[in-house]
Amino acid sequence: MIPELGQFSLVLALLIAIAQSTLPIIGVTRENTIWINSAKYLALLQFFLVLIAFMALMRSYIVSDFTVTNVVNNSHSKKPLLYKIVGTWGNHEGSILLWVLILVSFGGALSLFGSNIPTRLRARVLSVQGWICVGFISFMLFTSNPFERTFPPPLNGNDLNPLLQDIGLAIHPPLLYVGYVGFSIVFSFAVAALMEGEVSSAWARWVRPWILIAWTSLSAGIALGAWWAYYELGWGGWWFWDPVENVSFMPWLVGTALLHSAIVTEKRGAFKAWTVLLAILTFSLSLLGTFIVRSGLLTSVHSFAVDPERGIYILILLAVSIGGSLLLFAYRAPSLESGGLFSPISRESGLLLNNLFLTTAAAIVLFGTLYPLFLEGITGEKISVGPPFFNISFTPIGLLLGSTMAIGPYLKWNRADLAGVLSRIKFLIFISLGVSLFVWYLKSSGPAFAIIGVGVSFWLFTSTFFEWMDRVRLFNKNYFNIFKRIKSQPRSANGMTIAHLGMSFIILGVVGSSAWKEEVISFVEKGSQLKVAGFLVTFEGVSIHQGPNYNSEKATLKVEKEGKFLENLYPERRLYLATGTSTTESAIRQSLAGDLYVTISEPANNKFKGKWVLRLIYEPLVNFIWLGASFLALGGIISITDRRYKIGRTFKYRRTKPINKVVGLDNF
Amino acid sequence: MRRFVFLVPLALSLIIGTFSVWGLLNDRNPSEVPSALINRSIPKFNLSPLPGLRTPGFSRDNLLNLKKVSVINFFASWCLPCRAEHQSLIELSQNNEIVLAGINYKDINKDALDWLTELGNPYTYVGDDFSGRTGIDWGITGVPETFIVNRDGKVVHRFSGPLVGVKFKEFKELLTLELR
Repeated sequence: MIPELGQFSLVLALLIAIAQSTLPIIGVTRENTIWINSAKYLALLQFFLVLIAFMALMRSYIVSDFTVTNVVNNSHSKKPLLYKIVGTWGNHEGSILLWVLILVSFGGALSLFGSNIPTRLRARVLSVQGWICVGFISFMLFTSNPFERTFPPPLNGNDLNPLLQDIGLAIHPPLLYVGYVGFSIVFSFAVAALMEGEVSSAWARWVRPWILIAWTSLSAGIALGAWWAYYELGWGGWWFWDPVENVSFMPWLVGTALLHSAIVTEKRGAFKAWTVLLAILTFSLSLLGTFIVRSGLLTSVHSFAVDPERGIYILILLAVSIGGSLLLFAYRAPSLESGGLFSPISRESGLLLNNLFLTTAAAIVLFGTLYPLFLEGITGEKISVGPPFFNISFTPIGLLLGSTMAIGPYLKWNRADLAGVLSRIKFLIFISLGVSLFVWYLKSSGPAFAIIGVGVSFWLFTSTFFEWMDRVRLFNKNYFNIFKRIKSQPRSANGMTIAHLGMSFIILGVVGSSAWKEEVISFVEKGSQLKVAGFLVTFEGVSIHQGPNYNSEKATLKVEKEGKFLENLYPERRLYLATGTSTTESAIRQSLAGDLYVTISEPANNKFKGKWVLRLIYEPLVNFIWLGASFLALGGIISITDRRYKIGRTFKYRRTKPINKVVGLDNF
Repeated sequence: MRRFVFLVPLALSLIIGTFSVWGLLNDRNPSEVPSALINRSIPKFNLSPLPGLRTPGFSRDNLLNLKKVSVINFFASWCLPCRAEHQSLIELSQNNEIVLAGINYKDINKDALDWLTELGNPYTYVGDDFSGRTGIDWGITGVPETFIVNRDGKVVHRFSGPLVGVKFKEFKELLTLELR
């Protein structure tokens, strides 16, 4: 009964979406206020309907309703409750439902909190959002219905892929989707602006909080995915340049470019067409990602159940949305006059340079990801493009971006004094060079890019910090109101500083863990000792444990350094009973200097029965990546709360001060 | 000219779209990467016979000296798909123009013997690859896997998975081409 309720709400949601995609936009041209205003209520109704469907599916998972095919395929009655809930989106159908839920949440949020946006623009935005909803809800109903029943119901389910039974999976997809899908509303804003034929500074200000929300979640989502791969997959890396990773990285790169070019549109009224284009491209790349992951177009370590029928459906969706919006862009963008002249040395130019680097980087990733497809299409030759290509082509542009972004915040709008800026911070350049040389002296073995990379990271960190220090007059005599001075900065400026510091950490972490990684693999028996990076690790045997739905073999490893006992590590090998698959649970001794990462596995060959394969990896500075990513997210969150975006402000004011809406409110 | 610039994104997305349509509609398997051995000479190996079996073992030089088209089949008694394709191998063994050689991959001798007694022995040679070393040199990703080697000792085709149905038909066609 409840699954049918969910199914029914989905069908209703589709009908509402069709109404939402037509009524308001027709209302705008016909000057029909009721139709225009309907957008708001339709979007909210839509949200509740999809929420009911999602809850219905989640309930089927929680009570292990094995009459639902989707639950049978992806759940098991003995699975811990958390993973039953998480299992709701651990599969193709459920994850699409989550995708749609987030999509309609953004529509609902715009209805509730977007009251500072002109109603006509908002009606258009919600209509465009409605088109996307129609596309995806119909995709779900016609090709991947999560509520399909099965008869007779089996006694138990097939269980969720054990690799996915992990806390990282509970948070990673929702965050990633908030990122992907959040850009849908930005896309809708862009298309609506093209339809109106006008992009103003105000438009850029209205769309900015949505860019920030999507960007922040996408950053956090990607970082969580990398972190999950790092500790759960057991191969000791966090990024593999796999197509599925790349398709999440491309929207991030273009979205970051958008985040910066929208500033220019907002503050200077320039880069209008470019900002609109980036808004369209960011969401298009998110859609392309969804398509690539679910159609089986490219080979990848991440696999969803692959079904060509679905692929074709998504491809049609893509053709309509991307093709349509870019056609509209080609038609309307030439008439968007970009105001605001600026000199070649100015903050505008700095941000333009940033955009060039970021989009080039995205183009490289796109090219590398699709190259196997191009090549096979043209010559029939099959290849796969791996980490070497990306490392070689991406590293230089990443380092260039890192070193120029340090200067950007010093530049003034319109016309800046680069020589003056450089002479103020030239001592930082020298110190950073010194740091590079010092690292070279310490680690003569490492690759050159790593030595440069540490210098770039240091340079970015110090110059970002100095710029902030200058702004808040950190060493002003009046020490006591330093917090007041920090608080008096616009939140978005503080957010920028934090995010840029985060980037310097990420560069350090990426460089350290990829350049100076040490690894030892060996057969071990009880009492065997191995050494890596100054650690002495003793294998003290394996004991058997039983989990709720798995059996595990847990090794005890004694870790010592310079004769001193540090701690015991317990890597595991788990066998999940329902699927018969096993997973590697790594054990990690974390520290800011570097992680000691250990895994065990059984030897494949019978000759070595009774022995274990022990793998020790030392990953220097890897934690700076996670630290940096949390700084990125924190910077994003702080920027979202900036007062000039007024998210929900009018909403709040209307409730508490119904009349006092005359003076002072719009002086931001 | 200026308007043309604004058409560039659309053009690029159309190109990507065209390739995607081709990639989807065309019957292709992106995870299948061809063997690196194709058009190369077969790797070095020297395999002893299975103890207790009359069929001799063989080496690279054996094959090269025969100057015949040969079919190399990796099999194991623990592999169910191998059982599925066994009938096809028996059929191949009727053909005198080719040499059918089996490599028993990571298998226990007695199990392999029982298997050949039960199902029949289609092979002219059977080599014992208990360590899996030869399997690594041939770059196999699993069993069964079958290679067609031409008269000059070069690998011309590789088939992974059991030779049954359509696949076996395709295999026989390619083999006939090679025999001409």
